[in-house]
Amino acid sequence: MKYYRTHILICVDPECLGKGAHDIEDALQDELVAQGLIDEVQVLETPRIGDCSHGPEMMVYPDGVHYVGMSVDDIPFLVEEHFLKGRVAKKFLLTKVEVKDEELGAPTSKEVRVVLRNCGKIDPENIEDYIAEDGYEALAKVLASYTPEKVIDEMLASGLRGRGGAGFPAGRKWQFCRASKATPKFVICNADEGDPGAFMNRRVLEGDPHAVVEGMIIAAYAIGSSRGYIYCRAEYPLAVRTLNIAIQQARALGLLGEDILGSGFSFDLEVRIGAGAFVCGEETALMASIEGKRGEPRPRPPFPAVSGLWAKPSNVNNVETYANVPQIMLRGAQWYASMGTEKSKGTKTFALAGDVNHTGLIEVPLGINMREVVYDIAQGIKDGKKLKAVQIGGPMGGCLPEEYLDRPIDYESLAAAGTIMGSGGLVVMDEDTCMVDIARFFMEFIQDESCGKCTPCRVGTRRMLEILQRICKGDGKDGDIETLEMLCRQIKSTSLCGLGQGAPNPVESTLKHFRKEYEAHIYEKRCPAKVCKGLIRFDIIDACTGCTVCARNCPVGAITGERRKLHVIDANTCIRCGICMQVCNFNAIVIN
Amino acid sequence: MTAMSAVGIVEVQTDQRSATVSESRVREVVEAAVAKCGATREDLVPILTEINHALGYIPPEAFKEVSHVLHTPIGQLFSVASFYQMLSTKPRGRHLIQFCESAPCHVVGGREVWTALQDTLKLESGETSADGKWTLRTTSCLGVCAVGPVITVDEDIYGNITPQQVNGILERYE
Repeated sequence: MKYYRTHILICVDPECLGKGAHDIEDALQDELVAQGLIDEVQVLETPRIGDCSHGPEMMVYPDGVHYVGMSVDDIPFLVEEHFLKGRVAKKFLLTKVEVKDEELGAPTSKEVRVVLRNCGKIDPENIEDYIAEDGYEALAKVLASYTPEKVIDEMLASGLRGRGGAGFPAGRKWQFCRASKATPKFVICNADEGDPGAFMNRRVLEGDPHAVVEGMIIAAYAIGSSRGYIYCRAEYPLAVRTLNIAIQQARALGLLGEDILGSGFSFDLEVRIGAGAFVCGEETALMASIEGKRGEPRPRPPFPAVSGLWAKPSNVNNVETYANVPQIMLRGAQWYASMGTEKSKGTKTFALAGDVNHTGLIEVPLGINMREVVYDIAQGIKDGKKLKAVQIGGPMGGCLPEEYLDRPIDYESLAAAGTIMGSGGLVVMDEDTCMVDIARFFMEFIQDESCGKCTPCRVGTRRMLEILQRICKGDGKDGDIETLEMLCRQIKSTSLCGLGQGAPNPVESTLKHFRKEYEAHIYEKRCPAKVCKGLIRFDIIDACTGCTVCARNCPVGAITGERRKLHVIDANTCIRCGICMQVCNFNAIVIN
Repeated sequence: MTAMSAVGIVEVQTDQRSATVSESRVREVVEAAVAKCGATREDLVPILTEINHALGYIPPEAFKEVSHVLHTPIGQLFSVASFYQMLSTKPRGRHLIQFCESAPCHVVGGREVWTALQDTLKLESGETSADGKWTLRTTSCLGVCAVGPVITVDEDIYGNITPQQVNGILERYE
């Protein structure tokens, strides 16, 4: 393959395309040819460099320079300055402040990137780029010198636990599946990343699809499978595209298909696309969906390793789990196990969202504490506000208060604190968040996504939601908290699958850590965070100059007052939409 | 017999406006979907997705066609189609607007955007406008949480949305 000294990545998201990204790309190619640089500088297409608001955007590597807002006419100047003379063209440089909300920035000092190592660095649609970064070397090593048992031993020694959330040791799973006698066996990748706030897997699939493919081939060799499926959610069209390209390219080089690398081992792989059902991320539901049925879970045992897809032994792991495998095989189990804590080895990707200064993807060694993540990596809470809670583990996870910030992030500590690792969504909430409202919000999600097969989840979570809605409206009554607690216990112990068993977690953890807020809603009819509309009222204070902006913008005409005189809000007419507060230029509207 | 009674269920539950798609067009779409995806039970979700994409929804006639091809009762097909959010058994508007109602978008101002969308379109979640232009619905996480609040119109994704931007975005669509 050819080596280039410089790579230019051009953003081809719809917004940048609309602003002429393809024209810029053509102009760049022409100018590079004209300047005789075409053998030194490569132009590639990539999704999402920034937020596209200043598009078209491009990123120049290895310099890491981010250019935005150039037109076709600017290209000759840009090529001459940057690629011929080696000077950064400051005119088009995106200033640091504006880059802060990109999904995946340069790693901070507390991060270690194993799974995300290639994302944003290589062209995901070119297998040669992956091979240049040691890609498929692990597969060659395994096929040439490891027995399947040795692969499983390495996996066990690495201590890698399932990154889908439950944290079952991956090596043990492979061992069980290898021990199953029935054939054929299936290797399945769970790419149905549906947890709100989680998008780590999407970036891996979009940015480094071959790592997942390679991990799956190694898993197939270990358990003795010749056929695999990647079940990807339909909300990720770009990931489906990159995966299909990756599979085709791997086939073309003999890395998938018959007699891989002349080893006699055969394996092939196809992508299956979901159709919008959160519960399909549960492994038995996922397999039902691949079979063309409703994606409903079934009781386990039998576990998939014994009876999975079409009742045949199947190994289901998540995207991140597979993406770790090549590195473990290449650099050794000891290297991987040297990161993390005693029982939680290696690194974990997290998607940071919510009220922090720096949102996006990170990858950290397990055992790091939440304070380092929130204050060092995410650079603290927005607008200098105080932290209220960190929601970890997705809709089946829980909310942790400030006191838990100094505990390590590992599977055991999180379970002890009443939440789960989950797939890695981290939503940080500031002091303006109402925890009862958040609990209600998660319960709505569960209600939407419950498949309805088992009664505790279908009916029980509905009862919980009704109580929470009532509390938020200001109609909470004595005994509600106790009823919620009872429902939590019963739903947890009687639901069929992980969705129902985890469904009470957001309520249980907020009841545990923020009980006072529930009590304030129920007994004092007050929402301390001033969020729940049934418990707040808008008032105008003396700072009002009588400019009439609020009265003119009020959708229900609840505000009255003469020009240049204090205005008044009629609480009975007011629908608490908050528009008056947004439009007031004098901060004269307050919530009581 | 099963198939016959299931037809009844399908017709009751789908919208009467469904008569807008001709039978020959439905047959053509189903044939293309089967040619692309295959004709076994495991190909059912991809087949229905293709039909949904081509016609905007899955009309009763399409269920009949697929039922013949896959030798599967319509009741089973309908049970699958009604399970998945992206498959619709009712006609949709020309443009589908989806609002991400997940927590990360919720905590960064999603509620205000949702109110603005509803006010502008005068629609509730799941409703289609009288002129057949818009269908509005909420969706669970779209996985672009770093730029929330997020809405999608057809296949275009818009991030960092404010209530004030809603009109401008909708104006881009015919």
